[in-house]
Order: sequence, then C-alpha cells, then structure tokens
Amino acid sequence: MTVDAFPEESGPQQGRLFAAGGPSLAEHHGRFGSLPEFRRPGALAALLDEAGLVGRGGAGFPTGRKISTATGRGAIAIGNGAEGEPESRKDATLLAQAPHLVLDGLILAGEAIGARELYLYVPTRALATVRAALDERHDARWHRPHVNVIEAPDTFVAGEKSAVVSRVEGGPALPRDQLASTAVSGVRGRPTLVQNVETLAHIGLIARYGPRWFRSVGDPSEPGTMLVTLSGAVRAGGVVEVPTGVSIAELISHDGGTDLRTLRSVLVGGYHGTWLTLASLGDFHLCRPSMARAGASPGAGIVHALAIGDCGLARSADIVTYLAEQSAGQCGPCINGLPRLAQLLTELAYGTATATGAATEIRRIADLVDGRGSCRHPDGTARFVRSALDVFASDILLHNDGQCEALLTTVTGHDSRKESRV
Amino acid sequence: MTTRTAPHMRLHINWTQCDGRGLCTELLPGILGRDDWGYPVPLDHTHEPHIPAGCAAEAAAAVRLCPRLALTLMTAP
Repeated sequence: MTVDAFPEESGPQQGRLFAAGGPSLAEHHGRFGSLPEFRRPGALAALLDEAGLVGRGGAGFPTGRKISTATGRGAIAIGNGAEGEPESRKDATLLAQAPHLVLDGLILAGEAIGARELYLYVPTRALATVRAALDERHDARWHRPHVNVIEAPDTFVAGEKSAVVSRVEGGPALPRDQLASTAVSGVRGRPTLVQNVETLAHIGLIARYGPRWFRSVGDPSEPGTMLVTLSGAVRAGGVVEVPTGVSIAELISHDGGTDLRTLRSVLVGGYHGTWLTLASLGDFHLCRPSMARAGASPGAGIVHALAIGDCGLARSADIVTYLAEQSAGQCGPCINGLPRLAQLLTELAYGTATATGAATEIRRIADLVDGRGSCRHPDGTARFVRSALDVFASDILLHNDGQCEALLTTVTGHDSRKESRV
Repeated sequence: MTTRTAPHMRLHINWTQCDGRGLCTELLPGILGRDDWGYPVPLDHTHEPHIPAGCAAEAAAAVRLCPRLALTLMTAP
C-alpha cells in the first residue's frame, strides 16, 4: 500500500485510541472497519518506521526496528499489559475501553514476525474484558487467531521484559539474566516480540490510516499521541490521550485542572522517574528529547503532582521504601543496596540524620547499585533517588535545622507524621 | 595495565547467580572492585566491563573458577 492509498481523512484526530466509544466488537468495527492485510514481508515494519512509532511501555524503542529484529523461525509475539507501576492506569484503561484495537495490533505484529504463538499478558482486573473481547471475535468469526491470555501478578517488576518471558514459559514473573536480547532469544530461546499494549493499539491505527496520518500530531521526533496517567495532587486525575511533546505545565493546568501554585514538584516517569522543580516545568515537554535534558524520560506516561503542603523528601523516602520491598530479591546489589537507600532517605526525611553527610552517602549508594542487576530496577531506583536529592536539596538543609519547606514544622526526633506514614 | 586491547571482549555478570564470593575480584583487580557487601564492581562503570587482551587469561580463569558459574566472556560487539 502506498502512503496515498490510506483513507487518512477517516482517521480520528482527537481521542484516537478511544474513538470507538466503547469496548464492544460492534463499536470497534463500526468506527474502524476491517483490518488491513500486509502480504509483503517487512511491509508493516517499514510502515511503522515511516510513522516513527516508538514503544509506549517506557523504553521508547522504535517499534518497526524491534519487529524486524524479532522476525525469525518460530517467533512469538506478546502483548504486555502488566502495569506494575502504582501511578500508572493507562494500560488497564486501554484494555477496558479498547481491547479490540490492542488485539488488532497483536495480530498484525504477530503476522509481521511470522509468529506461531500469540500471548496477551494482563493483570487480573483486565482478564474478563480481554476474554470477552476474544469470545466476541470468535462468535462473529472476525480475525480470531488463538491468543493465549496469561495473568500478570501485581508486582512492580512483573512487566519487565525478561519477567514476562519467564512467566509465559510457565515460570515465575521474575526478571532473569539475559545474554542476548529478547527479540533475538526470548521464550524458549525463540525470537520474541514483547510490545506494550498501547503500542499495539497504535499499530492497529497506523495499519488503517497510514504513517502520514499518525505523524500529523505530536512531536516530530516521536510523533502521534500517547496515554498519560495524571495522579497525585491534581483536581482531575486519570488517563488522558495527548499529542506527544505536550507541555507538562499545560498538562497539569489544563487536563489536570490544577493551579501550579498549589504544587511543590512534579514526578515524571513514575517511581523510576524524575522529580522536576516547579520553576523548570515550563522548559519540559512530554517526549524523550526534551526530558533527556534533565536526565529524565516520560517513561510510561506518568505525571504525578506533589502538593505544596507535602514534603518531597518524605514522599521520596516512602517511594524508595516501596521500591526496596518490590526488589525481586535475586541480585546482591539490589537486595542490599535498595533497603540501605530506603533507610538513609527515611532518616534524612524524618529528621534523624545529619543532612549533608547522609546526602553524600545516599548518592554513593545510588551510584553503586546503578547498572548492577539483571533488570533495570536498581538503575531506575538510583535515578529517582538522585533526582530527589537534586530537586529537594534546599529542603535537606532545612531538615538539618529541624525545619521543612512543606509544613514549616519541627521534624526532629519524634515527628507525628512518622507514626502515621512509616 | 596494558593498553593493548581486544575491543570486543567483555565480562558478563549474571547478578542472579553471583553471591559475592570474590574470586573474580582477586583474579581481575584492575577490572573489578568489591562493593560494601562483597559483590564485584566493574571499575570502568559499565554494565559489562571491558577485558583488555593482557587480562584475557585471568578473565578466562575467573569464568572457569567462579563457584556460582556467574561469569561469561562475551566476544560479540
């Protein structure tokens, strides 16, 4: 199909992924029509390259390139809907409201790599809608290859690529050591495509309306729309679909209905992400090139606001405590280093540590765990910890004097919040 | 340390196997240090430390002798 052959004018402009208006096959087919076929090998990958689609699961890898790599004998395609990140709701929302678009993408991606097996890996709460969608297709005899639905546990690392592969093989949903990439050697050593469910849904749209339609919105370097989960101290939280590259300040004030002056900081990219100062918000847009300037990334589209009355150090300590608990407990530096980071940050936040010495030690441990595990959990935790030290640096000094930027209360020794939050 | 290099030789550590016995850090003192808990630390700050040609024999010994079989020499780029 040439670019001009796509019915671009019938492609949705606003609210692309949810344009069907509901989860049923009738609504899906009514809005999007039939599923195009790509007979020529490499055709879909080339189309996705042209569209500039990058993965929406957090890593942002070019989807067309990944499909080209995963093509091979006995290939396997997996739609990854595990959403272990506590502040993310976008994949669950997508599976609940547009399961057929995800299935279309999985089918097309599977065909493109010559897959013999298709899997959809989703949390318990999404099982019913996914199975209902598959039943509808079966009853209607409409694009119904066999899809194995696998339940993902609600743990932070369950969606990590090697954990997905392990679970699909029938093992535990734990990350494991990899000598080669999953695309080359994944499930039972076969080429394996693991693609986030939102990425698959975009494939379902690009296949119908073409690369030029896809690129007509968003940041030119990684175009299209993306799902964002807004959470924390915003008046209107939830999942929104926005063009990539949207201003974070605008996202919070417009979509979140929140006055920026009521906030202390914004966390972008989730618990493996980066805090941004309020003053710098105007400089950042929700796309990789812009966020990279702060050593940050949009991750899986998570934007979490911290209220002006909340302490950034306390919130960071609580998050790192959670991350330490979510370690799979397999790699020494993570087993030892993450609880140490949690302990030091908690002491710093709740006023039992000497600030400057503690901050230096926290940074040393963060550098020590970074890159030393079989998955990215220690790396992401290190990044989050460093950004907390950077963005809340002045508060560290205040805490040392028994003050806190948020509450202007005494935080020495026994703080009342300590009992309630730790 | 010698500057002669085998550009494609790297040491892969299987962190799920390693339990910090420290044999590798003794055989490759210029390449691996030890952290607070005894686990190896690549001194070049990479995920898979580069092995210079001059250390190839020691690296091979570390792979062979690791009691946890946690090391692999990677020759691909």
